[in-house]
This record gives sequence, C-alpha cells and structure tokens, in this order.
Amino acid sequence: METLRLEIVTPERLALSEDVRSVTLPGVSGMMTILPRHAPLMTLLNPGEVLIRHPDGEEVAYAVGGGVAEVRPDKVVILADAAEREDEIDIARAEAARQRAERLLKEGVPPEQRRELELTLRKAYARLRVARRRRRRPGLQPRTTEEEGEQF
Amino acid sequence: MASDREIKRRIRSIKNIAQVTKAMEAVSASKMRRAQQQVLATRPYAQKAQEVLNFLAYLPQNKRFLHPLLQERPIERAMIILITADRGLAGGFNTHIIRHAVHFSETLNKPTTWVTVGRKGRDFMARYGYPIVAEFTQLGDKPTSLDIAPIARVATDEFVGERVDAVYVCYTDFVNVLRQVPVTKQLLPIEPLKPEVKWSPDYIFEPDPETILDLILYRFVELQILQAVYESIASEHAARMVAMRNATDAAMDLIDELTLSYNKARQERITREIIDIAGGAEALRQALEQ
Repeated sequence: METLRLEIVTPERLALSEDVRSVTLPGVSGMMTILPRHAPLMTLLNPGEVLIRHPDGEEVAYAVGGGVAEVRPDKVVILADAAEREDEIDIARAEAARQRAERLLKEGVPPEQRRELELTLRKAYARLRVARRRRRRPGLQPRTTEEEGEQF
Repeated sequence: MASDREIKRRIRSIKNIAQVTKAMEAVSASKMRRAQQQVLATRPYAQKAQEVLNFLAYLPQNKRFLHPLLQERPIERAMIILITADRGLAGGFNTHIIRHAVHFSETLNKPTTWVTVGRKGRDFMARYGYPIVAEFTQLGDKPTSLDIAPIARVATDEFVGERVDAVYVCYTDFVNVLRQVPVTKQLLPIEPLKPEVKWSPDYIFEPDPETILDLILYRFVELQILQAVYESIASEHAARMVAMRNATDAAMDLIDELTLSYNKARQERITREIIDIAGGAEALRQALEQ
C-alpha cells in the first residue's frame, strides 16, 4: 500500500514522524485530506484536528494550535504552534481554558484582545473535540511512539 | 594555634558545606542534561522553518513585496535582548554574558535599549541605569514557546514600529560541559538565505505566499529566542555544575588540611599533658627523696 511520510513538529519537539495512509488537515480554506502523490501545496492551518489514518486502518487524531503544512508528493510536514495526541490532552485544562475564554468574551474586551481570545477559544474547542473522540472509543489502547514521555 | 576542639568544629561545618555543594552539583547535572535535550528537540522545527522561510522569501512575488521583518535600514537605534539566569552561584556565568553584551553595545556605538530575560541581567542593567524596555524573569527551567511569545512580541513591535532598526540577542552558547561561550545573534531584520533545496515552482498556496511568510517570520523570531533561552539554561546549569564541583573539591582540600592541623594540635596537647604528668611525677619523686 502506498504511504506518505508525515511529520508534525512544534518548537519544543518532534511530535510525530510516521508513514501514513492519509492525513486530514484543518486548512484555512477548509478541511482537506491528503493522499500520497498530492500536488505540492503549502497552507496555513486553523486550530483544529489533524486526523491520521495508518496503513493498518487505525485512526489517530492530534489537536494542533494552528501553523503551516507543507505538502509534497511523498511527504507532509506540519509546522504546528502546539500539537497533542488525543490521549495526551488534559481535558480538565482545556475545559478550564474554554470557560475562561467564553466568560471573558461575554464580558466584553478590547478588539485586539478579542481576536486573541477567539483564537484561544478555538484552540480549546479543538483540543476538547479531539480528546472526546478518544473517550468515545474506550476499547482503544493508548499508542506508544518513540518520543513518548517528556511532556513540555 | 587554634585549639583542637575549635578545628574539629570547623571541619564539621566544612563537611556540611561540601555535602550541600555536592548535592547542588548533582541537581545541576540533571537539569543540564534536560536542557541539552530541549536544545536538540528544537532543531527539526528550526530547520524546517528556515527552509520554508528561505523558499518563500525568494519567491519572485515575495521579493517585490518586502515584509516589515525583512526590512534593512541604516542602524540608528538598536535593541539588545540580554539572556541571563535568575540565580547566581554559577561561577562567572552571569558576569561573562553581561560583560559581553555591554561590550557589544559599546562597539555598536548607537543608542541601545534593552530587554532583559533573567533576574541577574535586569538587576545589573537597572543598577547602572541602562534603558530597559521590558524585563522577563522566572521563566523556569522548561519554558515553552508560550512563555517566549511576549518577548518576541516586544522585539517585533519595536522593530516594525521603527523605534529600533536592529534587534540582537546576547546569550550563552552551550558548547560542552566545560565550555560555554557568550554570543550575539542578529534577530531582526531577518536575513533569509538562498534556498538550498530545489522547490517545485508550481506550488499551490492557501491563502497566499505573503500570509504564510508572515506567520513563518513571526514564528521564526519566537523560535530563535526560544533556542537562545534553552542554550542559556543548559549553559547556566553546566557553569553551576562546574562551580559546585570546584567548591566541593576546595572543601575537600580544606578538610584534609584542617584534619592535619587537628591531628597536630591533638598530638601537641597530648605531648604537653604527658610532659606535665612526667614533670609532676619527677617533682614528686625528687620531693620524696629529699
């Protein structure tokens, strides 16, 4: 089966480097699924969910906080501001961030702060959505990868 | 000559000091290893970001439109981001980097404003009246890009607002455990390199190359500061580790010396007592004989 190399890098770490069947990205112009031999493409990413399909059919989701993806025929590199695998996400913290941002937005803030808050809110939504996806499938064991462990 | 009891007390207190410095050495060693790993972990992102940045900056359509962060101006005013530690007891670590930064600003010979990262740098700059635009302390041992973002914001705002024409960062580069070198890097304007990798000319961009370049440039500034901070943390712990090892060694030498004096003093006391007793016994014997 044809695969493509997927790398997710953040300023703090190499979050993932694996051969995958396909990857779905939260591009600024909409969700897009990249298969091997895609045309060269560079896109900004919204905060959202990166969905990865492995050659064995298993699906894993990452929450990313925005960034840039570079697509080549055999390789996809995601330069993410932050990236967490579905089982790494601290739901309580994401929920707290969501509530705080929602409350501040309701109370009203200056425009430049508003944009930042909305971004925070979207990041929190993305993390919660990805984390809950994992919870809905309790049978799955957490995957382990080489960069497991050190959380920044 | 101090009494043997006094010497014994000193030996005990120095032994305690040696224990503390030894523990601090061990702590610094583990923190240093961790910081070294952090430095290495930033490399993949740095490499890729630089690659993308070079590519985008050299695109024909982007060469016409010059991004504000790429604009070179004659340097009338400069800004220096000085990265030091929050704490001392690290040998010459803080002194070296501060001296290096001050020397650099003197060679620039232009009005310079300062951003300090770390308490030691701030204290020095404030005491000698250097103009500080912003100060950051208590970043801890494992800052993330979120902690760095405000520092980068100050740098880019000052530069884009044309209040300064160049931004430099002075930090201590970690070469190895025994060698940490103070260095200066130009942060702004960013100078893109000629792309090395051959890129396909028919790239699709979403939304457009300018917007992507804009994001990458701002991230790149953050990343460079993050890397400098990580290097500085690794250097700080390495310097402290060596300083503490030296302190432990010095304490051990002192203990050896004092033990020698203690034994001498003890021997002297015993000899003196024996002479006393012998003298007393002799006097008594002579008195009895008469």
